[in-house]
Amino acid sequence: MANMVRRHTTSARLWRGGLYTLLIVAALVYLLPLVVMLLTSLKPLDDIRAGGLLSLPSTISFEAWSKAWSSACTGMRCNGMSGYFLNSIAIVVPAVAISSFVGALNGYVLTKWRFRGANLCFALLLFGCFVPFQVVLMPMARTLGWLGLASSTGGLVLVHVVYGIAFTTLFFRNYYVSIPDEMIAAAKLDGAGFWRIFWRILLPVSGPIITVTVIWQFTQIWNDFLFGVSFAGFDSQPVTVALNNMVNTSTGVKEYNVDMAAAMIAALPTLVVYVLAGKYFVRGLTAGSVKG
Amino acid sequence: MSALEIRNVDKTFGIEKVLKDISLAIDSGEFLILVGPSGCGKSTLMNAIAGLEPVTAGEILIGGDDVTWRTPAERDIAMVFQSYALYPSMTVRQNISFGLEMRKMPKAQREEAVSRVAELLQITPLLDRKPSQLSGGQRQRVAMGRALAREPQIYLFDEPLSNLDAKLRVEMRTEIKKLHQRLGTTIVYVTHDQIEAMTLADRIAVMRDGEILQLGTPDEVYNDPVDMFVAGFMGSPSMNFIPVTLVKRDAEYILRVLDEQDVSGTPLELPWPAAREVPALHEHVGERLVLGLRPEHFVEDEARMETVYDGTEIEVIATVVEPTGADTLLQARLAGHEVTVRLAPKTHVVAEDRVALRADLSRAVLFDGKTQRRLA
Amino acid sequence: MPSNVSAPATGERRHRRSLAGHIERVLPRLVVAPSLAVALFFVYGYMLWTFLLSLTNSRMLPQYDFVGFAQYARLFANERWHVAATNLVVFGGLFIVSCLVIGLLLAIFLDQRIRQEGALRTVYLYPMALSLIVTGVVWRWLLNPGLGIQAMVRGWGFEDFTFNWLVDSDMAIYTLVIAAVWQASGFVMALFLAGLRSIDDSLFQAAALDGASLPRIYMRIVLPSLRPVVFSAVMILAHIAIKSFDLVMALTGGGPGYATDLPATFMYAHTFTRGQIGLGSASAIMMLCGVLAILVPYLYSELRGQRNG
Repeated sequence: MANMVRRHTTSARLWRGGLYTLLIVAALVYLLPLVVMLLTSLKPLDDIRAGGLLSLPSTISFEAWSKAWSSACTGMRCNGMSGYFLNSIAIVVPAVAISSFVGALNGYVLTKWRFRGANLCFALLLFGCFVPFQVVLMPMARTLGWLGLASSTGGLVLVHVVYGIAFTTLFFRNYYVSIPDEMIAAAKLDGAGFWRIFWRILLPVSGPIITVTVIWQFTQIWNDFLFGVSFAGFDSQPVTVALNNMVNTSTGVKEYNVDMAAAMIAALPTLVVYVLAGKYFVRGLTAGSVKG
Repeated sequence: MSALEIRNVDKTFGIEKVLKDISLAIDSGEFLILVGPSGCGKSTLMNAIAGLEPVTAGEILIGGDDVTWRTPAERDIAMVFQSYALYPSMTVRQNISFGLEMRKMPKAQREEAVSRVAELLQITPLLDRKPSQLSGGQRQRVAMGRALAREPQIYLFDEPLSNLDAKLRVEMRTEIKKLHQRLGTTIVYVTHDQIEAMTLADRIAVMRDGEILQLGTPDEVYNDPVDMFVAGFMGSPSMNFIPVTLVKRDAEYILRVLDEQDVSGTPLELPWPAAREVPALHEHVGERLVLGLRPEHFVEDEARMETVYDGTEIEVIATVVEPTGADTLLQARLAGHEVTVRLAPKTHVVAEDRVALRADLSRAVLFDGKTQRRLA
Repeated sequence: MPSNVSAPATGERRHRRSLAGHIERVLPRLVVAPSLAVALFFVYGYMLWTFLLSLTNSRMLPQYDFVGFAQYARLFANERWHVAATNLVVFGGLFIVSCLVIGLLLAIFLDQRIRQEGALRTVYLYPMALSLIVTGVVWRWLLNPGLGIQAMVRGWGFEDFTFNWLVDSDMAIYTLVIAAVWQASGFVMALFLAGLRSIDDSLFQAAALDGASLPRIYMRIVLPSLRPVVFSAVMILAHIAIKSFDLVMALTGGGPGYATDLPATFMYAHTFTRGQIGLGSASAIMMLCGVLAILVPYLYSELRGQRNG
């Protein structure tokens, strides 16, 4: 808002003070769950039973973290989150790479090599952003079975690529629209063809949108639960499904500190990305803001 | 054999015809300018020549080869764009040599070509910069360098100066003309700026609504326009159009200037010079015509003695006086019609004055009021 | 932008095109063709497939003996579906309104040239980076009556303090609202803040010169110009609400009983665990209809806006 001369009266000062108080209280409320999660994960079980969500741990212990990582029980198995964490990575890396690359190519064609029906083509692709995934669960389960990909990491990669293309195409198309067509025309006259223009002219200027797209896809796929719980087998479950199973495992003593440590482990990758590249994260959210 | 020949080219977008049966041919070394208001089809025609847009019908020949269905890369042309269209990720050097690299020119030759055009355009110190580090004028030079390095058969310029400020535009205009004179290149140049067209072109094609209205030298287009559109479009300030009625008295044709506000008074009558009589005038006696007089076709009566200037005496009432330095533009009412007159800078005329002028009808043009076509 | 769309060439002309010309014509289509095929099959084909399943009597496995719209009749007669649909209205309505109000207030407050604005913005927005499963797990802990917020406040000496919504079947739906608002309101704030930043400063200056007070400027000038942002925020939030599944699974598991069931969990339970594929498919199609009911007017107004703009 505009920079204007303001009155420096007591009431104005009170209003500013109130404003800051309000904003800081709000920030504390937003931070509370994260703080509680972290504190609880560092407390021994006795501290937790003694109560006090926000009380500091009597001794800081990483035991819960190590148990959550390597030996906590998720359902029948007691190998901790480590295997599932690696599963998630095995799903996320290829799925992000493939869907981003395909999206970049689609965006390139739909803006710089437009053909009759290109707009219709884009509209058809775009609807993939809006479809409630519940509609595709059952047919997808059957298809994965036929393809021999049921319960496999490959199957989950396929699912995430298929439903990620709509977003990556949208991102790249909107970015490439703003790159002047004249630049492509100049490259054509210079003698460059379809692929050369893509590799030599377009990709070198796509840094920001690649970052936005990769972060977006990474967050979406890492945080996915629905596809994971629907299509993964015991050996390919992503970390979100494992976390949910662990928290809902009701055998033995409930170890809340281990639950919280596991939640932290599941949350850390996206949190780190958010802290490091928050600017791009916000840009992805607002650009891809059609997504639920 | 023409360097470029366009035969009966049509271009349709949906139901809209943007190019209608365009034909033209230019010789090697010629500088052709396509000029017209926006939406006249001049850029579409240029894109068709470049191969960036396929034509609906007709043929395009470059150096005698039919290139109508060849890709832009296969046509041996280079283009300078309005937005310069430099590749932002490459340095100036890479920008210039990219087209050579695509054509598989050996590295040593590429470097030679780059330093040749860099010297020519005085951009040698900029070679290792990125386009984002250049000013508008420098980018313009690099864009031209990229085209020149390729030494193609034809250069296309798409409004290359319109993103520059006024002073730089004039400088670059001169520079382009110098380059053309020096290198003898074949150039097709699109602009909406009629001054650029006048100053640069060997020939000008004035376009409107997908058609070429007139194709001729700057002198022909300026002094011998085929219709009111061309006459009004070329020249700044525009030609004055004065509605008249053609009357024949004795053997002489008279133009009676119609004054809607003063119907009762004696109408102003201007004799049409006998030297400019054409047979066609005979059929239009009694009809409403339009007299075209450029602002410089008037002269102040007082100044007449100094310049040995003859012409028809008329009187106007000054409304606005606009000194521009080099000369003074006078907005005035001539028998109820607003006209612009170019006067010598030292004029003493002020608003509301009655000014005695001489109009040089021997240089005037006469149009049919209905068809807008030129009569005499 | 029809400028690059080539007019159809006659067969004779196509023949005259150079080889490179042919390649340039065909290659772009070949490149998008796989994506288009994928979309046609995995989105549109599946929609049709699920619709067909919803017309069958499929139970544990899909089978194709059609029973017309009987599954829809069963669905509408199903008590649990009514609960789920009602929950969606309550949850969706409260979630959307709360996010809008909180997001808008935070955005306006943050837009007062606040020091450390970047840090505050980061704090408000970080929950959006978390998985809804993590959100659910954390809030389940916070709302746990024995050890969570209730216990903490009682520990401060307020022995009668009660905050046990998680286990109260009348109130449990509101715990979903709390967690979801915590997760998404920062995002709405970011949307509004971007909208506020795009308002021309001269608008504030002109209004101030006209003697308008700050609250008045916001009410009369700023809010009306944020209408498109509100519109897209509502559309996004409604979409989240209809699809929300993860949060329920992690926070309440649909319980107590099925008090916090949503259509998404209803669909999942019937399709995958209760062997009612026909009924589950019918509920999925109803969800699709819900999304379309929001999407179609939105797209209509967007496209109309583009044409006018």
